Amino acid sequence: MAEAFVYDAVRTPRGKGKKDGSLVEASPTDLSVHVLKSVRDRNSLDTTLVDDVVFGVVEPIGDQGGNVARTAAIAAGYDETVGGMQVNRFCSSGLEACNIASARVMSGQSDFVIGGGVECMSRLEIGDSGMPLAADPILSLPNYFVPQGIAADLVANKYGYSRDDLDSYAVESQKRAKTAWDEGRFEKSVVPVTDENGVMMLDHDELLRPETDMQSLAALQPSFVMLGEFGGMASVAQQRYPEIEKLDYRHHAGNSSGIVDGAAAVLIGSKEGGEKAGLKPRARIKAFATIGSEPTIMLTGPGEATFRVLERSGMSADDIDLWELNEAFASVVLRYMDQLDIPHDRINVNGGAIAMGHPLGATGAMILGTLIDELERQDLETGLATLCIGSGMGIATIVERVH
Amino acid sequence: MSGLIKSDIDSDGVATIVWDMQDYPMNVLSEESLRAFEAEWRAHQNNDDVKGVVITSAREAFIVGADINMLWRMRAWPAAEVFAQNQVLNRFFREIETAPKPTVAAINGDALGGGFELALACRYRVISDRDGIKLGLPEVMLGLLPGAGGTQRLGRILGPKEALPYLTTGKNMRAQKALGFGVVHDIAPADGLVAAAKKAILEGKVPAKAPWDEKGFRFPGGAPHSRDWTQTFAGGGSMLRRETQGNYPSPQRIMACVYHGLQLPMDKALSYEGRQFTALFMGPTSRNLIRTGWFGRNAANKLEKRPKGVPETTFTKVGVIGAGVMGAGIASCTAAGGCDVVLLDISEEAAAKGKQHVIDYFARQAAKGRMTKEKAEAIAARVKPSTDYKDLEGAQMTIEAVFEDRGIKAKVTAATEAVTASDHVFGTNTSTLPITGLAEAAERPEEFIGVHFFSPVEKMPLVEIIRGEKTSDHAAAVAMDYVKMIKKTPIVVNDARGFYTSRVFGTYTREGFMMLSEGVSPAVIENVGKATGMPMGPLELIDMVGIDTGHKITHETIKEVGRDVMAARGEPFEALDVLDWIVEEVERPGQKAGKGFYDYDGDNKKTRIWPGVYERFPTKNSDVDVDELKKRFLHIQALETLRCMEEGVVTAADDADVGSIFGWGFAPCHGGVISYVENIGLPQFLKECEALAETYGKRFEPPQLLRDMAARGQRFYPDEEIPAHAAE
Repeated sequence: MAEAFVYDAVRTPRGKGKKDGSLVEASPTDLSVHVLKSVRDRNSLDTTLVDDVVFGVVEPIGDQGGNVARTAAIAAGYDETVGGMQVNRFCSSGLEACNIASARVMSGQSDFVIGGGVECMSRLEIGDSGMPLAADPILSLPNYFVPQGIAADLVANKYGYSRDDLDSYAVESQKRAKTAWDEGRFEKSVVPVTDENGVMMLDHDELLRPETDMQSLAALQPSFVMLGEFGGMASVAQQRYPEIEKLDYRHHAGNSSGIVDGAAAVLIGSKEGGEKAGLKPRARIKAFATIGSEPTIMLTGPGEATFRVLERSGMSADDIDLWELNEAFASVVLRYMDQLDIPHDRINVNGGAIAMGHPLGATGAMILGTLIDELERQDLETGLATLCIGSGMGIATIVERVH
Repeated sequence: MSGLIKSDIDSDGVATIVWDMQDYPMNVLSEESLRAFEAEWRAHQNNDDVKGVVITSAREAFIVGADINMLWRMRAWPAAEVFAQNQVLNRFFREIETAPKPTVAAINGDALGGGFELALACRYRVISDRDGIKLGLPEVMLGLLPGAGGTQRLGRILGPKEALPYLTTGKNMRAQKALGFGVVHDIAPADGLVAAAKKAILEGKVPAKAPWDEKGFRFPGGAPHSRDWTQTFAGGGSMLRRETQGNYPSPQRIMACVYHGLQLPMDKALSYEGRQFTALFMGPTSRNLIRTGWFGRNAANKLEKRPKGVPETTFTKVGVIGAGVMGAGIASCTAAGGCDVVLLDISEEAAAKGKQHVIDYFARQAAKGRMTKEKAEAIAARVKPSTDYKDLEGAQMTIEAVFEDRGIKAKVTAATEAVTASDHVFGTNTSTLPITGLAEAAERPEEFIGVHFFSPVEKMPLVEIIRGEKTSDHAAAVAMDYVKMIKKTPIVVNDARGFYTSRVFGTYTREGFMMLSEGVSPAVIENVGKATGMPMGPLELIDMVGIDTGHKITHETIKEVGRDVMAARGEPFEALDVLDWIVEEVERPGQKAGKGFYDYDGDNKKTRIWPGVYERFPTKNSDVDVDELKKRFLHIQALETLRCMEEGVVTAADDADVGSIFGWGFAPCHGGVISYVENIGLPQFLKECEALAETYGKRFEPPQLLRDMAARGQRFYPDEEIPAHAAE
């Protein structure tokens, strides 16, 4: 089997996904074009060597519809022979896109495929592309559908993470993200977004609140009380998990991932492809796995995906030097650390989506880049990137540095 | 056609079809009436002299729905035939809707179910201004859905958000509201209703097409898959699941009809609705709800089992002794039934307090708009507080609701008998003391009977009548007449400790205590209890009823029956240890005291399970088999019912079913305790009980009656024929 290597990884800074966000004027195509151009230009890449662009996007309608990957490849001026495909595995779409790109290379069918993703959450909200599992009564009732926020609180209740536990984690995420920015740890991958006149729109992750402390978080109201109590979602969760006597609401805007706009691209290719392009590989994609897990609690998939990928590659948790788990909600990370016995100083060492935001379709590709950057910075060998996924799934990808 | 429908054509060329089903109490959609109606309607359509058709009724109500007997007969049909028949009806209604000549509904009275659906298929609807006319689609209560276009037409007129509450709960809509929604186009004086309908035709007010047949039609409240739409259905689904615990497929399929149907062209939408209707119709829940909630309860309400040959009682005065909450509640119901009440207690103060309870209750009803203030005051005025037994003179019946003490009850019995006539019936509202024993204090034990009310009396629909050994048919008949008079549902059972309802109900809470003692988490016990379809978890329920009461009854039973005898019958005493602990050791007697298995806040509303319960019964197994727990909760009640039948306490399956649902709220989706066994199948149920007995003990051992019936292939409801009493 051929090997798949990461040659480069770039991402936009993450702009606030609200009306006043700095990237609101940029369309999903604009952001996608931006990362595709960056990958091409900083590697002097002859795009005729690239077979395909695979982009994750979770709400693929409107300006994110109609196959954003092909649209962006055309708009970025890639050679017309470069195809494009959008994929949707909800929150892991960006990493899934990279795994698909890797698989194409590993199977010997392509020399270069670009994986990545985009999400402009200021334009398209979660659910805008339709969600029959939530809305169609034939599906929602028998399958105990609850939204992610309720599932996150369910994880906290079931596995015993208090509001303080979650908030402490969030404070640390902010602290780490601040340090990472201050020390320029994201410099390798972040490509600032300018307009066509070269005027800067955004050169940093906009959502960061480094001043966050336990007190400021304590003032926040839990986010999912209405859904749970008046919308009946707590009862649905309890019907599926009868051991929960009463659902306590512990997640809020400060210990959940932020809503942002952003895009990312990862250049993945074979050894021969790299040679042809005159590029040096940074990391090898060693193994990856996706799994399905219980859909009501929904967010426990990373643990199971990790067990699966470790088992398949004959590795154990001890072989992993650094971990990146998307901070969708604080409880997800706490549960994962407990499940795999991971010390806090080995996981999400530069903060995560609680501090910097979670542009759904792009995040998976972003954390893969962050992980490789950090392996290089700390001169470590092996890392694992993983995300929890809507409707109960998990994904995990193991990368190794190439010297 | 004679006896069903009348029809004429006036000089302006407007035809009127008048529904008037002579042999029925109300107009219903039956095979015959539909056939007659269709023939008439078609004749008018084909008559060149006719400009349009008005549909109305000569009865107080317009049309009140499908003939349930007809539906019950269709149960024997294969699904394909049910669907085909449904589509025949839908195509006809659709023809009415799309015919070139307009059809107008003149709604003179209640239009319910299929009657309302027929009106909705008319392109113009006028309703009478007479007070209190109801429009509604109550099919959901029988486990069905409005299968003649109701979900589609109401859904399109109102939009999903407004339509779903009507469709999924069956609640009624009044004329003004209907006008506001556009469900009706006009309100007209009762005596000018048909004239108004004709005028609409002659003046060309009737649109040429139904709104949804116009190009570019949009229903209110946002297009499919808009944010509003998703929110309506996602939120509607979870709220529904909170209410139903997933036990009632009907409201779920109604929602699906609106969700999918509103995205389809009308003809396909009606076909989708028909498929959903067929699925519900073929399923067990509608059968359960119709069998017990309709046929069973109607039979009980009509006193089908009343002893023959006893003349009907006319009540002019009823005595109630003991003016506590129970007695005052009984007085309220009796007064509301139209009868004078003497509310007697030992002190004037106590009697006055009871009377005040009555006044307050009806004042609240008036405040809620359920009756006028004048009516509330008139009813309360029928209750006369008293301390003098002489006031009972001339009463047809007296019910005592005094303290559960044989001595006091004996005194009350004697004092009452001393002043009442020889055919006066004395009812005792004991919930536990055997009637035969209490009757020993009576001069006339043949006129002594148990009349067991449930708390809160005003709200609970069932009265359990208990015949003692010497109770006469006369007393039973009078007691039944009384229950009918107060508009509650009676079942008659024979005497035994706990009678029928209390005895079986107790097994549910007892099973909860057993689980607690085994180390099942209290949260799981409560949530799984609710998931079975029971109204509350066992711990919440016993808190409400009073743990001290349960504790006292159990100890009395042990004293009188004997621990050894009970042990031999399989009584699990671990459950009693739980009761002893909570009542004696930690002194938490229940909700009344503000502390039981739950903690209660200042308004006496439950907050959380008391942490002490978790400490005393640490959870041993967090990975429980929920299905097995569910089975334990329901099987144990069914088994105790079978024992009641074996002992002759309950004599008929439908009494057991009606009593279980309306008495203690046994999961209505199963159609009652016996229907529950029937649904599983007797041999399978037997097997499951044997397995449970193996694991959990003798209390699950199947009684001989079940073994015999299963061995002989017998059933409690041998066939699904319409019961003889249902011919109405």
